[in-house]
Amino acid sequence: MPGIEWQFTLVLLTNGVMIGLMYALIALGFVLIYKATDAINFAQGEFVMFAGFIAAGASDLAGAPFWVAALLSVAGMVVLGFGLERVVLRPLIGRPVIAVVMATIGLAAVLRGGATLAFGGGTRAIVMPVGDDPIELGPVMLPPVQLIGAMVSIAFLAAFSWFFLKSRIGIAMRAVADSQQVAMAMGIDVRRYFALAWAMAGVVSALGGIVWGTMLGVDNQLALVGLKVFPVVILGGLDSILGAVVGGLIVGVVENLAAGYLDPYLGGGTKDFAPYFLMIAALMLRPEGIFGRRRIERV
Amino acid sequence: MGAQPEVQLAVSSVSKHFGGVRAVEGIGLSVRCGELISIIGPNGAGKTSFLNMISGFYRPDTGSIMFEGRDITGERPSRIAALGIARTFQNIALFSGMTVLDNIMLGRHVRMKAGVLSSFIYWGLAQKEEVTNRARVEELVEFLELEDLRKQPTSGLAYGLRKRVELARALALDPKLLLLDEPMGGMNQEEKEDMARFILDVNQQWGTTIILIEHDMAVVMDISDRVAVLDRGRKIADGSPGEVQGNADVIRAYLGTAKDRQEVAAA
Repeated sequence: MPGIEWQFTLVLLTNGVMIGLMYALIALGFVLIYKATDAINFAQGEFVMFAGFIAAGASDLAGAPFWVAALLSVAGMVVLGFGLERVVLRPLIGRPVIAVVMATIGLAAVLRGGATLAFGGGTRAIVMPVGDDPIELGPVMLPPVQLIGAMVSIAFLAAFSWFFLKSRIGIAMRAVADSQQVAMAMGIDVRRYFALAWAMAGVVSALGGIVWGTMLGVDNQLALVGLKVFPVVILGGLDSILGAVVGGLIVGVVENLAAGYLDPYLGGGTKDFAPYFLMIAALMLRPEGIFGRRRIERV
Repeated sequence: MGAQPEVQLAVSSVSKHFGGVRAVEGIGLSVRCGELISIIGPNGAGKTSFLNMISGFYRPDTGSIMFEGRDITGERPSRIAALGIARTFQNIALFSGMTVLDNIMLGRHVRMKAGVLSSFIYWGLAQKEEVTNRARVEELVEFLELEDLRKQPTSGLAYGLRKRVELARALALDPKLLLLDEPMGGMNQEEKEDMARFILDVNQQWGTTIILIEHDMAVVMDISDRVAVLDRGRKIADGSPGEVQGNADVIRAYLGTAKDRQEVAAA
């Protein structure tokens, strides 16, 4: 029946868009750091997981209300961002990129282990005070968590776009990313901007952790959401906020369409590899991503 | 002789070695307030390395640098910029993907007090600062005749204009000392004349001290109060344009001896 077929596609697409926006939120954390400091943060997923643990820990263990738990998570991640920059990353300024990459991979392991140590191995829940009844949007039913997650994503993506385009501090941050040396000659204290970038990534990760944690539950597995960041930023461009949105949407939609249309034939699991398939194709065709800046090396 | 203006920058016997290469070898230079001094010398003479030490990009291996009586040897570049030393770069170093105005406003960064956190918390202060600083930038835009280009991305501008924007950005720091690394490199004659006029105006109208690295001898001899000549990391002459032009060491450094020239011709 064509009517049902059409509705099915619409549900898949809407779901893909919602999930895609939530991927974009996490990817934003990654982009912020790459844009400002040129560092690739392999611990982005663990940031999200850790933020989820703080929120879940506060509400589950200490019985704090949702908003308090959320605020604690944001504050905790800001502190973590500042702290990591100061202790782990600042000493690596000026070292080869591989040193920073290795440091963030190590960081990821430490965060995973540390979270289990501090909060235990079980899965904890974050409960958003919004109820479970799906919200009806025309023919599509959406869980309220997804809708809120998507709205938070849009708000923050817009805010950060404004920040980089119009605000003095955002423009200075772009200057630092463009050329540290020239920025220093303008009297810009580069290290402060690095610290700020990590703190901002912390805020974004906290929001991601709360939203994704509410949806999936909080345990070590939550960090795996971070792996989706890579197809998102490779598709969209490592240093573009708009790219994070578009990349997120593509990954979200492709995932859902693959699950809806290919799984019945291939026996399931296509959702998990379809985005990476796309990523490899993107790397071959357009390595700088859709909105990424092509780097011109002057020899 | 009348009272000399006081010494603003006192560099005493700084050296910088990179591995076995002696980029700068015991160079001293003292610069008075309001002076326009040019540094010339063949390629690889150590001119840019010398400038990099003043602006804090290189820490001298030996020697010291005093600015307005304060020891700035090995200070961080951002700190030195904040003290009032601005610079331009040999290769144009504008921030790509930004407009002319954004670039120049970045030069005001050190003059804007609202920090990262306070401007998030108290928006009003940041806004007020933005307005006053924008006014100063507007003066510079007019001064350097960049009115039509405010909103243009710098990447699309002609070479000479980009150099001019870079000068504007350096001037936006309201520097007491301005370091210019080949501001006329690669320019045509007309662009050079414009740039020379701007440099002289900055020096004379605002009393800004200027250290200039430049290869065009006609310009250097024309606008400088004093000329210092470097060769292979050492200072071989320092004096008025007239004195330097007649200096035998300088002539040898630039043209080689008659014997050298014969060897080159024979090769």
